Amino acid sequence: MNLALRDIRHHRSRFIQTCLGLGLLLGVVMSMSGIYRGLFTDATAILTATAADLWVVQQDTSGPFAATSRLPEDVKYRIRAVPGVAQASALSFQNIQSDRNGKPFRFFLVGYELGGLGGPPVIVAGRPIRQKHYEMVVDRAMRLPLGAKLRLADDDYTVVGHTAKMVSSAGDPVAYVTLADAQKIQFQDDDNAIRNNRARLAEQISRLPFLAPAQAGQLAPQVAAIVGSTHIVNTVVARLAPGADLAEVQARINRWNHFRPLAVQDQERILTEGMIKKAKMQLGLFRAILLVISGVIISLIIYTMTLDKLRVIATLKLIGTRNRVIVGLILEQSLLMGLIAYAVGYTLIGLTHDKFPRRVDLVPVDLVSLFVIVLVICVAASLVGIRKAMRVEPAEALGN
Amino acid sequence: MYAVQIERLTKIYGSGATEVVALADATFDVAPGELVAILGPSGSGKTTLLTTIGLVTEPTRGRVVLDGELIVDNGWPPGLDLKRVRREKLGFIFQHHNLIPFLTTVENVMIALENNGVSTKEARARSMELLESLGLSQRLDHYPSLLSGGESQRTAIARALANRPRIILADEPTAALDTENGKNVMRLLKALAVENDSAILVVTHDHRMVEGFDRIFEVSDGRIVGERRNGSDNA
Ligand SMILES: Nc1ncnc2c1ncn2[C@@H]1O[C@H](COP(=O)(O)OP(=O)(O)O)[C@@H](O)[C@H]1O
Ligand SMILES: [Mg+2]
Repeated sequence: MNLALRDIRHHRSRFIQTCLGLGLLLGVVMSMSGIYRGLFTDATAILTATAADLWVVQQDTSGPFAATSRLPEDVKYRIRAVPGVAQASALSFQNIQSDRNGKPFRFFLVGYELGGLGGPPVIVAGRPIRQKHYEMVVDRAMRLPLGAKLRLADDDYTVVGHTAKMVSSAGDPVAYVTLADAQKIQFQDDDNAIRNNRARLAEQISRLPFLAPAQAGQLAPQVAAIVGSTHIVNTVVARLAPGADLAEVQARINRWNHFRPLAVQDQERILTEGMIKKAKMQLGLFRAILLVISGVIISLIIYTMTLDKLRVIATLKLIGTRNRVIVGLILEQSLLMGLIAYAVGYTLIGLTHDKFPRRVDLVPVDLVSLFVIVLVICVAASLVGIRKAMRVEPAEALGN
Repeated sequence: MYAVQIERLTKIYGSGATEVVALADATFDVAPGELVAILGPSGSGKTTLLTTIGLVTEPTRGRVVLDGELIVDNGWPPGLDLKRVRREKLGFIFQHHNLIPFLTTVENVMIALENNGVSTKEARARSMELLESLGLSQRLDHYPSLLSGGESQRTAIARALANRPRIILADEPTAALDTENGKNVMRLLKALAVENDSAILVVTHDHRMVEGFDRIFEVSDGRIVGERRNGSDNA
């Protein structure tokens, strides 16, 4: 006859309620760990999906995610020519905020070269972009169905495919267009500014005293073309050939003096230690606090459960019940409670983690360590209860 | 051989100004099958007497011999497994029946048997039989909270009897019952003493409950002040 189970059977509803409550709490702890992990996964989602070895950005910047980086598109040709580089592509990144049904609607637009690096990693519905213009692959989270049209910079873009869980380091869903389209979108708004700039440039050049009017007339449009070029990208990413030496490739690009070749690890560090550090610390701290709170609550519940039973334990001792049985009563019950609560929390999060607005990554090592922690707390709390129980005098069963 | 022998058994609570002599130099023997009542007003030391014999309260001085085994000699000898002696030789019944609230009637009896290594299956069979003989066949799967006072007390008696102990100690077993039920419980105990050849010590403060007992001790202020045999006054 198992006393722990008999006691639970008798206090069935109370036990179930306690397990459910604890389960919710453990579910929150699990989701907190998941959000903590998800933050990292999200922050590095584009980095991971691009799978490049090298991120070449503007000199003295930590772009393209953490800072603005602008470089001419044609740098990619120079980079491709560097020995050891197998593949190099230009990428453009921009945040876009527009309105949909009166609500602000944010996403992160990636422009990539068809067939190059940095495009949508996995298409979960529809197809990849095939046309050079006006096609778009968006993340499911944008809630734009296949075939939907989105107006950007006076052009309609058709959604041809969906990705899943592709977000920017800020957590906004990602949309993909071709690099040419992205550049058009990026600089369209500046059209007026560019025209004004050109006019001002032409005027300034024409006033240069050492230039003949004819020379000035020839020079002005060329200068304007360079200044107003839309062939600007935010980064050029490269993959190295097998066996190529990363440091050597970096050194060579460094010698050009205009660009900064960041290894993927550097980029990861910038993203995780710079951009999301505070958020991560905040979440980590919150997770630790929650764990401590759970520990205290579990211990209190188990301890109270034991206190409630002191009279029963005294009676059991009086009729000669062995300590083993009494220890079992306390220990088995608290372990069972911990197990059930864990299962409840796990089921809950398993069913809901996909519906969280941001990514919740349930990582086995987190789940297993939480499981072990819960068991340890249960055992530790039981031991306190057991100590108390062992000190109970059988005479206490006689008190009226 | 006596079932219970006590010699100059003394229990003093506290010390100095707060010292209470709850039991002073109690000496008597109880034979197997003998039904003994301990009668006295509240606070006279009856419970202390019973619990020192029952190895629940450690006496300050004196000896306790249970079933021929010297258990207590001026305090509990270190290393003695009191629980073993309790579960093998003793059965307890109390005013407040002390049933385990989360066990059903039959399980409350089974636990005593399982304590002594009886298998669950056999324990259940024997417990059911015992409870049926005590008129509780309709209450086997009830929780104690659903039992009447008399039913609870009979369940407690079944638990105390389950291992056929040589000695049964009952502390005010009828105090929480009405007269009718109280007398029934006493009759039951008497029948059991005869049937099992167990020594039964019953504490009570109610004179009406002790008729038909083999011996009656009167206790006052921790001392045994009178002893009657079969109703005759031997003090
Ligand atoms: N644990 C204890 N600590 C101190 N005094 C006690 C304790 N138990 C009993 N006493 C005292 O011992 C005396 C006898 O008590 P008890 O044996 O319970 O009497 P009865 O059962 O006859 O009412 C009383 O004065 C009581 O206050
Ligand atoms: Mg008493």
